[in-house]
Amino acid sequence: MAGARRLILLPLLMLLGAATSPYLVPDVSQRQIDIQYSFKGAELLLFGAIVYPGGRTPKEPADIVVVLKGPERPTIMREKQKIAGIWVNADDMQFQSAPSFYAIASSRPIKDITDERTAAIYELSIDDIQLSPAAFTDAAEIERFEKGLIDLQQRQGLFVPNVGAVEITDGVLYRARLPLSSRAVVGDYTAETFLIQDGRVVAAAIRDINVRKSGFERFIAMASEEWSILYGLTAILIAVGMGLIAGWVGRRI
Amino acid sequence: MDIYLPIANLPVNMLVIVGLGGIVGLLSGIFGVGGGFLTTPLLIFYGIPPTVAAASAATQVTGASVSGVISHLSRNTVDIRMGIVMVVGGIVGALIGAALFSILQAIGQIDTVIGILYVLMLGGIGGLMAWESIQTLVAIKSGSRSAARKRRHHPLVAALPMRWRFYKSGLYISPLAPLLLGMATGILTMLLGVGGGFIMVPAMLYLLGMGTQVVVGTSLFQILFVTMATTLVHSVTTKAVDLVLAMLLLIGSVTGAQIGTHVARKVQPEYLRILLAFIVLVVAIRMALGLGWQPDEIYTLELG
Repeated sequence: MAGARRLILLPLLMLLGAATSPYLVPDVSQRQIDIQYSFKGAELLLFGAIVYPGGRTPKEPADIVVVLKGPERPTIMREKQKIAGIWVNADDMQFQSAPSFYAIASSRPIKDITDERTAAIYELSIDDIQLSPAAFTDAAEIERFEKGLIDLQQRQGLFVPNVGAVEITDGVLYRARLPLSSRAVVGDYTAETFLIQDGRVVAAAIRDINVRKSGFERFIAMASEEWSILYGLTAILIAVGMGLIAGWVGRRI
Repeated sequence: MDIYLPIANLPVNMLVIVGLGGIVGLLSGIFGVGGGFLTTPLLIFYGIPPTVAAASAATQVTGASVSGVISHLSRNTVDIRMGIVMVVGGIVGALIGAALFSILQAIGQIDTVIGILYVLMLGGIGGLMAWESIQTLVAIKSGSRSAARKRRHHPLVAALPMRWRFYKSGLYISPLAPLLLGMATGILTMLLGVGGGFIMVPAMLYLLGMGTQVVVGTSLFQILFVTMATTLVHSVTTKAVDLVLAMLLLIGSVTGAQIGTHVARKVQPEYLRILLAFIVLVVAIRMALGLGWQPDEIYTLELG
């Protein structure tokens, strides 16, 4: 077994050793985030090392950008308008997929690190998040809805614009803290790290993070989906039981 | 003291929710109403999604009405035959309500409809109650008690086919009338999370012409079983019943209700009615302003 593993590892190591471009060894403080009864959001530490070929750190230090993204979901945006004196949902737009969460941090402001095109391709700012409208409508309308979505998500704490700096120690070790809102949905998140040199992304690495409900909360959420009839009956039973107990106590006071 | 609601998907302050349940319970104990009409709007003002608010409020009303039903049953002030007809209507209404709910949700109008229904219902009932209690107070002050209204059911009720005898209510009317009444409140229970007592009671008195001694007990009986059915229908269709939220509300409301019943014995009923009318009108006005004011968020997001 050990021999077989070495056989696989050997060419891999040779490949790494022979690499002429730098690469990243990223990690996150938590691979799994549990939402529990007292969940008020979390702070995630993303850290790692930049490995330069031959161990030589370049004179011009490279920059690091980390992006934490939530699961992509089909999303409907509804827009309220005042009609006959009241505000009602009058218009809507469907997006085939929109990230449910987005947070970014970088070692320097993005505009100093790279050009707009690269930023757009790698989704390096909340305005660059790729939202795919499900219908081809007028471009101005799409833009209005996209702006609205980004603005709304930003104020909900679900899209977090550049939260502060990525620290780079001795040009090789980096660390950044990203906040995860308590309103974040459950699912598979990705933490992407980009190494940017001379305006180009020279290395990228991804770590997966699983955000899930745990313990009692998970049980309740699952029960309501899987055993909905039993769940409803339990709710009724609890309500009746508590009403009876209170009534019994009330008569004795 | 924050606690995470697993279905509403957000953290709330536990004490706020228990306190809110307590206030609602206190009022329901004082006035003998379920209090759902206050729970749902207050939860919405607090930031709970309207669907979860309505579904969990219905569960809370179940708990708030249990002990009332039992005491009415032991005092023999429930027309069970009438109650069962209304419950059947209420269950049908809950199912119709569920269909309406999913249609309105799909077209994105559920929140507006909930808001408008609240304004109309609370505004109408609150206005009527205020008017009536002011008249009573004036009559008491001037010493001229108005003659008791002659008990008579509405001509429309008399026109319905088929007739059943409801001994305890002192009625010989078509069962379709209470069935339809139950159905209408069932729809409201599903959409708004209200028990519907403050619609049922006047309707039973003035439309059906039921005997006053069984009105409250029978209405509570209907509310108990229809809110149970609604909880079940919500669990299966919208999956919006939040057990944690409902339990927090229940802790507050069952306690508040017991205190409320003690308070109610010490205050004159005429003043209680005018106070209730005032509270109902304030909630209605707040809801109306909510519809007319520019909302904080023009956009809302719905995950598919």
